[in-house]
Amino acid sequence: MANQGVNRGRRRFLVAATSVVGGAGVAAVAAPMLASLQPSARAQAAGAPVEVDLREIDEGQRISVEWRGQPIWVVRRTEEMLEGLSKITDRLRDPDSEVEDQQPPYAQNEHRSIDPEFLVVVGICTHLGCSPSYRPEIGDPEMGSAWQGGWLCGCHGSRFDMAGRVYANMPAATNLVVPPYKYLTDDVILVGEDDEEGGTV
Amino acid sequence: MASNPDEKIQGGFLGWVDARFPLSQMWNDHLAKYYAPKNFNFWYFFGSLALLVLVIQIVTGIVLTMFYKPDAELAFASVEYIMRDVEWGWLIRYMHSTGASMFFVVVYLHMFRALLYGSYKKPRELIWIFGMLIYVVLMAEAFAGYLLPWGQMSYWGAQVIVNLFQTIPYIGPELVTWIRGDFLLSDATLNRFFALHVVALPLVLILLVAAHIIALHEVGSNNPDGVEIKANKDENGIPKDGIPFHPYYTVKDIVGVGVFLIVFFAIVFFAPEGGGYFLKPDNFIPSDPLVTPELIPPVWYFTSMYSVLRSVPDPFLGVVAMGAAVVILFVIPWLDRNPVKSMRYRSFAAKFNLAVFVIAFVILGWLGLQQATTAVSDMSLRFSQVYFLFFFLLWFLSRERSAWFSILAFLVLVAIYTFYDVARFDADDAALIMWGWLIPTVYLFVTMVAPVFARGLGRDRPVPQRVTS
Repeated sequence: MANQGVNRGRRRFLVAATSVVGGAGVAAVAAPMLASLQPSARAQAAGAPVEVDLREIDEGQRISVEWRGQPIWVVRRTEEMLEGLSKITDRLRDPDSEVEDQQPPYAQNEHRSIDPEFLVVVGICTHLGCSPSYRPEIGDPEMGSAWQGGWLCGCHGSRFDMAGRVYANMPAATNLVVPPYKYLTDDVILVGEDDEEGGTV
Repeated sequence: MASNPDEKIQGGFLGWVDARFPLSQMWNDHLAKYYAPKNFNFWYFFGSLALLVLVIQIVTGIVLTMFYKPDAELAFASVEYIMRDVEWGWLIRYMHSTGASMFFVVVYLHMFRALLYGSYKKPRELIWIFGMLIYVVLMAEAFAGYLLPWGQMSYWGAQVIVNLFQTIPYIGPELVTWIRGDFLLSDATLNRFFALHVVALPLVLILLVAAHIIALHEVGSNNPDGVEIKANKDENGIPKDGIPFHPYYTVKDIVGVGVFLIVFFAIVFFAPEGGGYFLKPDNFIPSDPLVTPELIPPVWYFTSMYSVLRSVPDPFLGVVAMGAAVVILFVIPWLDRNPVKSMRYRSFAAKFNLAVFVIAFVILGWLGLQQATTAVSDMSLRFSQVYFLFFFLLWFLSRERSAWFSILAFLVLVAIYTFYDVARFDADDAALIMWGWLIPTVYLFVTMVAPVFARGLGRDRPVPQRVTS
């Protein structure tokens, strides 16, 4: 009896409509759950810019400062190191820094910095995030006679030159990241903040 | 029911419960009247042992959460606190850390058993699928748990693994930020991994284990002969080659539990670090986001997959290959179409295929622990090739193939990887590439070409009607 006169069209419509409304409800609840996993307002606010006094750095020395929990390297390059940059261009994957995300426009040059003498890069390998070791010695026997100084990543063997440019055929495919920075005075930089043109030297 | 003379109408407390909850019925269905084949051997210990380790992990894990602090500032010190100040804390923590490694030992042996006796074949495909899901969730569980001590290896291991997702085109960087909940691996990441490790993933794991066992008890257990015991029943409908799981196999498994616990506690008491394989020395140093350890190998149970990752020079394709190495295991029941389940009655070629796969898996695991030199990368590539070729051969050996098809398929496969070798040829590594080339080639020759000339090598043997012992 109860099955007589069943309107199948209406039943199908009701099932479909209930499913759609129920599905919309599930999606509405899932969205805030998933969005809550994004960096919180506090995490986004953290990462204040860091000042670095360049007078503290000796020639050829690299110092590390922390910004947003990452190591930021500031290197005072010697004349030989700067000359070495043009000698190895044909061994590099991206010698002209054409991948735009890896540096601000003012660091898109051979030395990848505002002032050729001072390099500022994020010390994190662009492959899987290890921190490469500093190998400044030109012709370092472990690195081969053509080595012009740079970094070697101990995790997967990627090599970078003294401007943080990656060698070709390495696990890492892009150059080290240059963070935004600007000169506050001739001798002090602020890492983590820049003007459009990156300030003046 | 009333017609069965064994079945008495129960009075008393049990009868009261049974009228309201199927207690006796569940006991009978899963233990006292679950008929398992009488010829189970050594390899059948590992299912129940996996269950035992799961219980050990849950119990020790609950106690550990009573002392552990999921906070980047406090986590490392709270683990030291458990080790030094909490009464018996060292024992509970070492049971948990040893349990993690032993879980994978037992699960890998359990999976090998399935490959050995064809336990994934019809009608047991879903048991295999549930089992594979358990394996994947277990890997996630182990990975999340490894971050919690917040030592150097925890931190940088997680850094490398989380960054694998960065290689996905377009959405990668956003996805990684979402996983970490911060722009770097931080307190937010630790906190959520803790939630996953102690609540979300164990719940999923327990549900999957239940599904795995329910599916098993629905179709019945396979056995070393690969004979369906339900095909031969006596007048009461009981399989002639079956014996009740309880008491026969419960007692047998208790012996296995005894031996296992001797090994387990020998490790806990005398070598809790497992020679650096279970707990890495670098993890006794608090995590430091500014200093990377010299070498960051994953824990041993991930290293086979990690070698596959490293063997591919492109970051994204490497991740795809590693994912494929796990995903392809899911489809084994549909690759291997051979009606003969047990390796006992399979051809020499099939036995050789499985043996090479096991060896390749172990070697890949060892390679994954080494520094990535040219030789290590090249061998990783070779054994990754063998790893994937195994699945092709599972399909290929589903039936006896004609001579021309065998040789043609062999030549095509060899041509594919030889072409890649020519493309990447480098005079410095010539010897390595050429000698390494022999590894997959000999493997394919024995399994595909040799049976063409010696037909016995590729021929399966007749399967008996009843189990043999």
